[in-house]
Amino acid sequence: MLFGGNGRKDDLVLDGIRVVDPTQGIDEVLTITVEQGVITRLEPGSSPANGKVVAPAFVDPHVHLRTPGREDEEDIGSGTRAAAAGGYCAILAMPNTDPVVDSAAILGALVERAEVEAEVPVGFLAAISKGQEGGELTEMVELAERGAAGFTDDGRPVASPGLLLRALQYHEVAGRRIAVHCEEPGLSRAGQMHEGVVSAELGFGGYPSVAESVMVGRDLALAAYEEQPIHLLHLSARESVDELRRARGADVHATGEVTPHHLCLTDEAIRTLDPNLKMNPPLRAEEHRQALIEGLKDGTIAAIATDHAPHAAHEKDVPFEEAPFGVTGLETAFAVVYTRLVQPGVVPLETVLERMSAGPARIYGLEPPRIAVGAPANLVVLDLETTWCVAREEFRSRSANSWLLGATLKGRVVQTVADGKVVFGA
Amino acid sequence: MAEVRPLIRDELLPPRRLERRHLISIADLTREDVERLLSLARAFARSLEREVKKLPALKGRTVVNLFYESSTRTSSSFELAAKRLSADVMSIKSSGSAVDKGESLKDTAITIGAYDPDIVVIRHPHIGSPHVVARATKAHVVNAGDGTHQHPTQALLDLYTIDEELGGIEGLHVAIVGDVLHSRVARSNIQALVLMGARVTVVGPPPLIPRGIAALGCETSYSIDTIRDADVVYVLRMQRERMLEGANYVPSLREYTARWGVTPARLRPGQRVMHPGPMNRGVEIDPAVADAADALIERQVRSGLVVRMAVLYDLLTHGPVEVKVAEIEEVA
Repeated sequence: MLFGGNGRKDDLVLDGIRVVDPTQGIDEVLTITVEQGVITRLEPGSSPANGKVVAPAFVDPHVHLRTPGREDEEDIGSGTRAAAAGGYCAILAMPNTDPVVDSAAILGALVERAEVEAEVPVGFLAAISKGQEGGELTEMVELAERGAAGFTDDGRPVASPGLLLRALQYHEVAGRRIAVHCEEPGLSRAGQMHEGVVSAELGFGGYPSVAESVMVGRDLALAAYEEQPIHLLHLSARESVDELRRARGADVHATGEVTPHHLCLTDEAIRTLDPNLKMNPPLRAEEHRQALIEGLKDGTIAAIATDHAPHAAHEKDVPFEEAPFGVTGLETAFAVVYTRLVQPGVVPLETVLERMSAGPARIYGLEPPRIAVGAPANLVVLDLETTWCVAREEFRSRSANSWLLGATLKGRVVQTVADGKVVFGA
Repeated sequence: MAEVRPLIRDELLPPRRLERRHLISIADLTREDVERLLSLARAFARSLEREVKKLPALKGRTVVNLFYESSTRTSSSFELAAKRLSADVMSIKSSGSAVDKGESLKDTAITIGAYDPDIVVIRHPHIGSPHVVARATKAHVVNAGDGTHQHPTQALLDLYTIDEELGGIEGLHVAIVGDVLHSRVARSNIQALVLMGARVTVVGPPPLIPRGIAALGCETSYSIDTIRDADVVYVLRMQRERMLEGANYVPSLREYTARWGVTPARLRPGQRVMHPGPMNRGVEIDPAVADAADALIERQVRSGLVVRMAVLYDLLTHGPVEVKVAEIEEVA
């Protein structure tokens, strides 16, 4: 399911460093020895108290690599180098490319490119419907055999409940997670931002929270009926979190993810009309943000996903209303969540580390990165004391449509080890 | 007045203050700003009563009007306002320009910026377009209407009209009737009227009254009977061109007119009626109301000239009002 990033297996020693691995219940100072890409020794060490932490490397379940079709915005090489700089040891790419990843031939070509170009292992989701047009089902079983990591029409909802029902039925055979972008088009319409006080003031036709939550409700009902698992992409609304919590309580096999920007920002930010704050789903009001944080903490939401969506500069430097949806996030995700949520004491560090690593891995049936003897080295070294400024020139991503340009963040990824190879930092 | 925040914004630092001032949204103005502009407009109105109407105030300055939407009132009054102040004026319309060839707004703005204009006045169908011009040029930017967002000079000229005709704004009750959802005029006017101490009620069918609008400090009503309480009834145009097909904002214009059209029977004597134009006679406004002697509609157009003179002048000078007014009278 993951491709590329292989080759070299490194040896390294992380001497006397605070190790935090929520999956292993570890938070202590250890010396980690990696030989030939595998963790071979964990020994008590003494901490130099330098603010550094090593944790299981991150897994991003939601990245747009823009390949094939828009390699000017991102390609497998640049996207995975950005992932390495963000502390990721694995990422999953969405299929809304040009052409859409909806056949084994297209997926096969991507896999071949990834084997050569990917700096960290990458998986590819395939489309649920051909061309993501919501009409005909893709050949899910064949796609799964060719290595699809899951299925989604992300970027668009599966508008037809009948089609989603069929996809869930095929999940029984294909065995790879169905992930849904929940948006009722009849309610979101041409909505540019959350419907509320700010949209009323700015004059935007609103994209109400209920446009998401009615689709969440429908999709959870279908998954419950078919007794198949379902994953809800980039949740933004309080009502959606409530629906997901209720379904999980009723033993529906449902998971959800949330982005750093929905955790850290509200629609108030749109007053600047900065096109780098335009995304789908939109930033919502504070009550929604609080509900997302609550859902993340209590485990209703299992993953932090960047929804890294690169766009060419000339396509974003237009009036807000004309700008495409989407912001980048791979290289800032940990730092912004640390700065805005962990530092103020809103979310514990362990929770963030789990939701950025084992949480997303489990959703798609990937081996959760862990710090244990015998495990492949998937490690991220974080400097929690460093303050840094987000600068356009430093992005490894080919695009710079980040809402954090110019921001000062605390906490930085200083080294990433992905599948036994040091992919970022010394 | 507004400083456009830079595209790159850091929430953890105070926004960087730019020296250049713009007029993009009424939300960026203080009550003092509005009072200064209105008093400047009154001074210009007096100067226009003279035989020679041209003032040398902005001699040697360049004003570019960049219009991406059709407009009669706004474009002509900005052009004349700049000319009355002796500025050099260039008016560019999207049809017949490089825009027809697919040039982006940013590139057009950079091209215009190469002539070092002092002010760029922009009218554009999309929210956020003045911000693009402010980022791409060194000019002061005046928003002459950006999509459904703001039309600040319309609100200022409406304040001026009310102030002149009713002898003040504070404490008045203004009912704004119709398609509030799609109206930049409504948004700018609600903010401006509330800022100046008026009571504002927006009236219309529920789908055309945006959820959350009350946060601007106005009241809302779905009943046309509410307008009887108002001193001023401000009628909005039904913006059919902005309504998505199948959105069902109103079941039919007939239904709209029957329920929310402003007719003589729904008004009481002495109420003053305003409309930003262009009017759909027989839809949102009965012709008898539009043509009544105490309607302020033509007066609004006249106010547009002096208010826009005030805006252009203020952006390029912004000294203490009294001193500047004295100077104007001298040179005139």
